Amino acid sequence: MKFLNYKNIAIIFAGLGFIACEPEFDTPLDEAEVVTQSSGSVDFSNYVAVGNSLTAGFADGALYIDGQQNSLPALLARQMKAAGGGDFNIPFMSDNTGGFSDIPTQGPRLVFDVANGVPVPLEATSTTSITTKLQGSFNNMGIPGAKSFHLFAPSYGNPAGLVTEPATANPYFVRIASSPDVTWIEDVLVQQPTFFSYWLGGNDVLSFATSGGDGSEEITSTEMFTQAVQGGIAQISANGARPGVVANIPDINTIPFFTTVPNNALVLDAETAANLTGFFQAYSGIVTQGTALVLAGGNPAMITPQILQQANAVGSQYAFTFNPGPNRFIIQTQETQTNPRGIRQMTANELLVLTIDQAAIRQQGYGSVAVTDEVRAVLGKLATGGTPTMEEANLVLNAVNPFNDSDVLDNDELTQIAEASATFNTILEQTAAAFNLPLVDVRAILQELQGGIDIGTGVLTSGLGLTSAFSLDGIHLNPRGNAELTNRFIQVINETYGATLQPLVPGNFKTVTVK
Amino acid sequence: MKKLILLAACCLGSYASYAGGYRVSAQGQRALAMGHTGVAVVNSAELAFFNPSGLVYLENKLNISAGVTGIISNTQYQNLSTRQSAETKDILSTPFNFYATYKINDWLSAGLAVYTPYGSRVEYENNWAGADLVNTIDLKSIYFNPVVGIKLHENLSVGGGPIFVTGSVEFNRNLFREQIPSESPANVDLQVDGVTAWGWVASATFKPSDAFTLGVSYRSKIDIEAEGGDVTFENITFPDTEFDATLPLPAELTLGFSVQATEKLLIATEFNRAYWGAYDELSIDFTNPNVPDSRNARDYKNATIWRVGAEYNLNEKFDLRAGYYFDESPVQSGRFAPETPRNDSHGFTTGLSYNINEKLAVDASFVYLYFEEIEESYVNTFRPDVPAFSGSYKSNAFLFGLGLTYKL
Repeated sequence: MKFLNYKNIAIIFAGLGFIACEPEFDTPLDEAEVVTQSSGSVDFSNYVAVGNSLTAGFADGALYIDGQQNSLPALLARQMKAAGGGDFNIPFMSDNTGGFSDIPTQGPRLVFDVANGVPVPLEATSTTSITTKLQGSFNNMGIPGAKSFHLFAPSYGNPAGLVTEPATANPYFVRIASSPDVTWIEDVLVQQPTFFSYWLGGNDVLSFATSGGDGSEEITSTEMFTQAVQGGIAQISANGARPGVVANIPDINTIPFFTTVPNNALVLDAETAANLTGFFQAYSGIVTQGTALVLAGGNPAMITPQILQQANAVGSQYAFTFNPGPNRFIIQTQETQTNPRGIRQMTANELLVLTIDQAAIRQQGYGSVAVTDEVRAVLGKLATGGTPTMEEANLVLNAVNPFNDSDVLDNDELTQIAEASATFNTILEQTAAAFNLPLVDVRAILQELQGGIDIGTGVLTSGLGLTSAFSLDGIHLNPRGNAELTNRFIQVINETYGATLQPLVPGNFKTVTVK
Repeated sequence: MKKLILLAACCLGSYASYAGGYRVSAQGQRALAMGHTGVAVVNSAELAFFNPSGLVYLENKLNISAGVTGIISNTQYQNLSTRQSAETKDILSTPFNFYATYKINDWLSAGLAVYTPYGSRVEYENNWAGADLVNTIDLKSIYFNPVVGIKLHENLSVGGGPIFVTGSVEFNRNLFREQIPSESPANVDLQVDGVTAWGWVASATFKPSDAFTLGVSYRSKIDIEAEGGDVTFENITFPDTEFDATLPLPAELTLGFSVQATEKLLIATEFNRAYWGAYDELSIDFTNPNVPDSRNARDYKNATIWRVGAEYNLNEKFDLRAGYYFDESPVQSGRFAPETPRNDSHGFTTGLSYNINEKLAVDASFVYLYFEEIEESYVNTFRPDVPAFSGSYKSNAFLFGLGLTYKL
C-alpha cells in the first residue's frame, strides 16, 4: 500500500496532465478565416474622431476608462476593424474613477445609489493628474467641454491657460496636446486621417442651457459658429476630398438633464397647500400695503382708493394659489417695476436642470417657502387682523425661497436655445452638404428615443433608468446608448460609402452603473 | 485502511462535472473501468452504491471498496463571428468512494456507502465573454448512505436505505453583460456550505441463474436548499444581504443486466435515466428586498445514458476491464449555459484489478471522455433584455482512478 501515498498519486495525476491534450475545434479560431467587411469607397485605416464630450466617451459626469472604451468612435472603430480599420488610440484616463486629482470641478463619476434612489459621486479618488501629459497621437480627439470654435483656439492646450480668468485652456486637451502652442485642429490634421467624424457644436448652445442661462455661459453667435463649423469641416475634410461623417446636435427637450425634474414637482397635501396659499395671500397683502405706502410717498394718510387699487394690481400677482397634488415651483426672475419682488410661479413649458438641489426642495422649501416659527407667528398675527411691523413684514417677504436662475430655463431662455439649435443644425447640415459629407441626424435619433427604440432585446428609452440610453448625468450616453448610436452612424456610413460595417448588439452593452 | 480514508479526506478537493449536467459518474473503480456498469454486477462492495439489494449475493462476509478518481477536464469556447474565445482552467478534481458491507446472515446484508455523485467545478478566465453568466462555479456534495439488502427468495432480493447529503456551492459571476470588458466589473460571489438534505435509494436484484443477473435501482431527487448563504458584491454597492437558492440533485433510475458469458468473461449493460427535468431554473433569492433577485432559466430535460462493459479474468492475478457509454446531455437547445458546458459525450473506459492476494486487490481505471463539438446559445427567458450568448463548445476529460478492494 505504500505506493498509494498522496505524493505518488499527485505525480501520476501530474503526468496525466501532460497527456490530457486539450480539445480542439474542427475550425479553431486562429485558423478560421476572418470574416472581412467591405469599406466601400473609403479607407478606415486611420479614423480620427473630432468632437466634444460625447465623442470622448464622457459619461456619468466624468471621463473614465470604461466610458472611453465604450465611446461612439471607439465602438465605430471596433466595427471598422473588419473592414480594414486600424488601431484606434484613445487618450485613456488613469483610472475608472474619472476626473482629475488636481481639478476639483472634474470629480469622480456618478453611480446610482440603490438605497436612496439617486445618483451619487463614486467614493474614490481620481488619480489622473493634469500634470501628466500623454505622448503620441490619438484617434479619439474628442475634447469634453469643447465648442466649435475651440478647434482654432490659441493656448487651448497650454497648461498656463487653465488658471487664467477666464480659462483659455481645456484640461482634456492640455493632456494630449503635442505642444503648448499647438491648436486642436493642428493635432487633428497632422495625423492625416483617412476617415473622420465631426460632431461639434453641441456645447455652443448646451453650455448655456446646463448653466440655466445664468450668464456664466453664452450661446455662440451665429457668425462665430458658421465660421468655426465651415472652417473646421473644410480643413478636416480637406475641402471635401477626405471622407467622413458629420453629426448634428440634439434638442434640449430630448435630454434627460432638462426633462427629469418636472416644474410641478411641488407635491402638497391639502393642509400644506392651504397653508401655502394662505402664506402668499399674506405676502400679497404685505406687498400691496408696501407698494401703496411707497406710492403715497411714505405717508399712510395719503393712500387713496386709487393708489390702493394700483398697489393691489402689483401685490395680487403674488397671491399664488396651491392645490393638493402637484404644483409649479416659484422661481427668481428679473426685478421690475411691475414685478418688484422678482419672483413668479413657473409656467407650463419651463424646465429645471437635473442637478437642482433636491434635498433643499424637500427640506428648505427651495422653490417655494421656508416657513420658520417666526414666520408662522407673523402669519398668525395677520390672520387675526393684526398689523405687522416692518421687521415682521420683511420676515414674511424673505421667507420665499425661489429657484435660482441657474437651475431654471425660462421661456425666454428656451426660445433662445431653440432658435440657436435650429440655426446651428442648419449650418451643420449645409456645411456637410457643401463638402459632400453625410449627416447623422442625432437630433432625430434622440427624438425617436423619446418613444423608445426597439433594439431586439427590449426597448431603449430616454430618461434615467435601467433601460435608458443615457448615463447618470442625463446628458451623455451610456454604453448601450452609444452602441445604438454607433449603429446609426454605421447605417449612414454604409449607405453613403457602400461599406458593409456590421451593427453591434446594443443589449450586450450595459446601461446604469450602480453604486 | 485508516490511511486510505485519510487519503480520501485529503483529496476532498472538488469534482469536475464530466457527465451530463453536474453528475459525476465515478462511483467505483471496477464499475468505471467497464463503462460504469454496476447495477447487475455482483462483484464487490461497489454494489452498496449501484444496487444494495445485490449485497446478499456477495460471497464474502465483509467487503470493502474504496477509491479515488482524478479528473482533468477542459472546455474550450469560441465564437467565430465575435472572435471571442475562452477556456476553462484545468483543475484536478477528485471524486471518491468508500463502501463497506457485511453479510449479517443468509438473507440480510448491511453496509455503508459514502460517495460523491454530484459536483462541478468550472472556472473560466475572469471577465471572459460570458462572465455575466458564470466566472466560476464549484458544487460539492457528499452522500452518506447506509444500506441493507434483503433476500426475499433465492432468485430475488430487495435493498435500499436513506441518504444523508452534505453539500456546498460557490458561484461567481459578473452582474452585467459587457461586450467590452470593464476595468472594474460589478461582480457577485455566492457561497454556502454545510447544507444538508435527505433522500433514499431502493433497488432490486433478480438472479434467475448463476450466469444471469438483472438489477434495478432508483435514487431519489435531493434538493440542496441553501438558506442564508454569503453574498459578496464587488465594484457595486448593494445593501447587505444573504441569499436562498435551491439546486436539485436529480433522481436517477438504473436498469441493467449482466451475463457470465464464459467462465472468464462477464458482459454487462445498463441504462440510466436521469430526471434532470427537475432543474427548470436556478433562482437566487436575495433576502434583502432592495437587492433584485436573479432568475436563470435552465429547463433541463430528462436524459438517458447507455452503458456497456466487460470483465475478463486473465489469470489469478489480473482481471481486465473495458467499456463504453453514451451520455446524453440534459441541456436543451437555447439553454446551453457555460456553467455546465457539456454536450453529449462518449466515454471509453478501461482498467484492471491486480489481486495481491485472495483478500486484497488494487483496482485501476482509465476513462477518456469525448464530447461532440456543439454550437449553441443560452437565452435566459427571465431576462429578455439580455441577448443570447452563443458560441461553439468543445470539451474532453480524462479520468484516472485507483482503488482497493478487500474481502474477508
